[in-house]
Amino acid sequence: MGAPHAVGEAASCLFPPLRSGRWVARAVSRYILSRLLLILPTLLAVAVLIFLLLRVVPGDIVELRLVLGGSYVTPEVIAAERARLGLDAPLWEQFLTWMLGIFRLDLGRSMWSGEPVAREIGLRLQLSLQLALMATLFATAAAIPLGVLAAVFRGRWVDHLVQVISVAGLAVPSFWLGILMILFLLSVFQYLPPLTFTPLWVDPKANLAQLIWPALAVGYRYSAVATRMTRSALLEVLGEDYVRTAWAKGLAGMVILRKHALRNALMPVVTVIGLEFAFLIGGLVVTEQVFNLNGIGKLIVDAIGQRDYTLIQGLLLLVASGYILVNFLVDLIYAWIDPRISYR
Amino acid sequence: MASGPSADAVPTVMAVPAIRPRPGLAVRFLRRHPVGTAAAAFIAAMVLAATFAPTVAPYDPLTTDYGGMFRPPGRDHWFGSDAFGRDVFSRILYGARTALLVGFGASVVGATAGAVIGMASAHFGGIVDLVTQRLVDVLLSFPLIVVAMAIVAVIGVGTDKLVLAIALSFLPRAARVVRSSALAVRETVYLEAARAMGCSHARIIFRHMAPNVMAPYLVMLTSFLGQAILLEASLSFLGLGVSEPTPAWGLMLRGAAVDFLQRAPWMAVFPGLAISAAVLAFNVFGDALRDALDPKLRV
Repeated sequence: MGAPHAVGEAASCLFPPLRSGRWVARAVSRYILSRLLLILPTLLAVAVLIFLLLRVVPGDIVELRLVLGGSYVTPEVIAAERARLGLDAPLWEQFLTWMLGIFRLDLGRSMWSGEPVAREIGLRLQLSLQLALMATLFATAAAIPLGVLAAVFRGRWVDHLVQVISVAGLAVPSFWLGILMILFLLSVFQYLPPLTFTPLWVDPKANLAQLIWPALAVGYRYSAVATRMTRSALLEVLGEDYVRTAWAKGLAGMVILRKHALRNALMPVVTVIGLEFAFLIGGLVVTEQVFNLNGIGKLIVDAIGQRDYTLIQGLLLLVASGYILVNFLVDLIYAWIDPRISYR
Repeated sequence: MASGPSADAVPTVMAVPAIRPRPGLAVRFLRRHPVGTAAAAFIAAMVLAATFAPTVAPYDPLTTDYGGMFRPPGRDHWFGSDAFGRDVFSRILYGARTALLVGFGASVVGATAGAVIGMASAHFGGIVDLVTQRLVDVLLSFPLIVVAMAIVAVIGVGTDKLVLAIALSFLPRAARVVRSSALAVRETVYLEAARAMGCSHARIIFRHMAPNVMAPYLVMLTSFLGQAILLEASLSFLGLGVSEPTPAWGLMLRGAAVDFLQRAPWMAVFPGLAISAAVLAFNVFGDALRDALDPKLRV
């Protein structure tokens, strides 16, 4: 009776305007708006949590700087210093001051150095952001081809090799890999990567010579995660009916792989890459230590050690908003790549 | 309208093939996952070595020997000796105690506490669920190591506190995973029956829900083990975990191991190998276990 064809036609007659043109545009913008509105309460909760957590930490900056210095300090001096830093105000007032500052894009001043928090962070963010981007680049460049190879040659030696590489990548701590790299460079080439950071536009060679090693060390683990995701997502898609249909139609293998399979398999991979990237900005604490990099991670360690409340607050808020923002972008990319996702 | 065979027609004797009982989980696991079994054997060996470290280790891990500093690996010191003349091999054996203690302790505590919260969140639903999940959202927006560092800053350094810090940083992940399974369990008929019979909340959660979220719980637990060991090593390396002179792998990579990297590379190589091998074993075993317990959970 040619039923499927008829049904298809009838359906397209019944719902012609859906999912086309203005309807989609409006739905998408509503979706974006609702997601954006959800971000604000989450960020506020993050801020409250960070703020409260810090006040629970034993010993504040004044004690740490004045009393632990060893010399005798009169209680009046301590009280005056607390008052200077605004630590004598009630908690809610301190919180409100911080929040109002944020709405004016002012994160306050570091309690330790007196510099504006935004400046302290900005100096390090450049390094951390570049490192995270480079690691992502390495990881993506390695993970997608390897994952595709493993899935296409499932169960063959290529697959086993890729699996071994990626399983090892998940187990080797990247800071130890960094140590091994330095050891290798030292003993084979008598070479030590530069220890001071030069911005990319000042001297690209010196900049890359410093950052390429930590980027590789971190990128290995990162690519292992992404490779596994690529492989399993692709395997799942390759088992779908529409892929079998494509084979039956006699399409070339590469066309099927590229247009039918990979495009559908990439979404979970995009998620993994995005979320790992978000975590790299603040999560490189240990690797930065090994390569003596002055990045966001090191700043977090130092700030926590010094009980620099304003700086820690600013840093943690930055890390969390980075993650939330990337999460939001990943959702948007999802909705954009996959027309099946409903926007409501 | 009679349909189906009548009672008279039944006695047709059929040859019943001898039914072999389905082999137990352990046997199936061994047959289907030789690599996972090897990993399990390695873990068992590690546990044994850590338990009997005093008899296995050739030296005391804390005894310093200033005449025998920086000895390369050889007959006397299999993995060489460190900046204080301490035997690296013995320290690695004792370090396995720290790694396993923190690894198992933190994973079990974190996964279990998280599971209880996740089940409660799913069971009570409504406002409880909403608040818990938003809190989990907030905690999940920080990298694991940053959460652990912040908790260490609050509660202080030391092996026992490290267990707590790592457990707490696992908690939101565990709560999220278990809640999603518990939500499905909540809709089942047997749970409705339990509610209708007037079971207490605790009884519903622990007697009816818990056994049915066991598979994801175990899978999650094993995936935490490797992560916990990595996290312990990272924190100890930063000086925020176990403190000297307790032998711990991450701690062994700190300080002298990096300062004398070229002169005594064995100080940096072997502890790192130990970390990698342990994490690898736990990860491989976890993957195999996930496969055996629930192939659908494949990631």
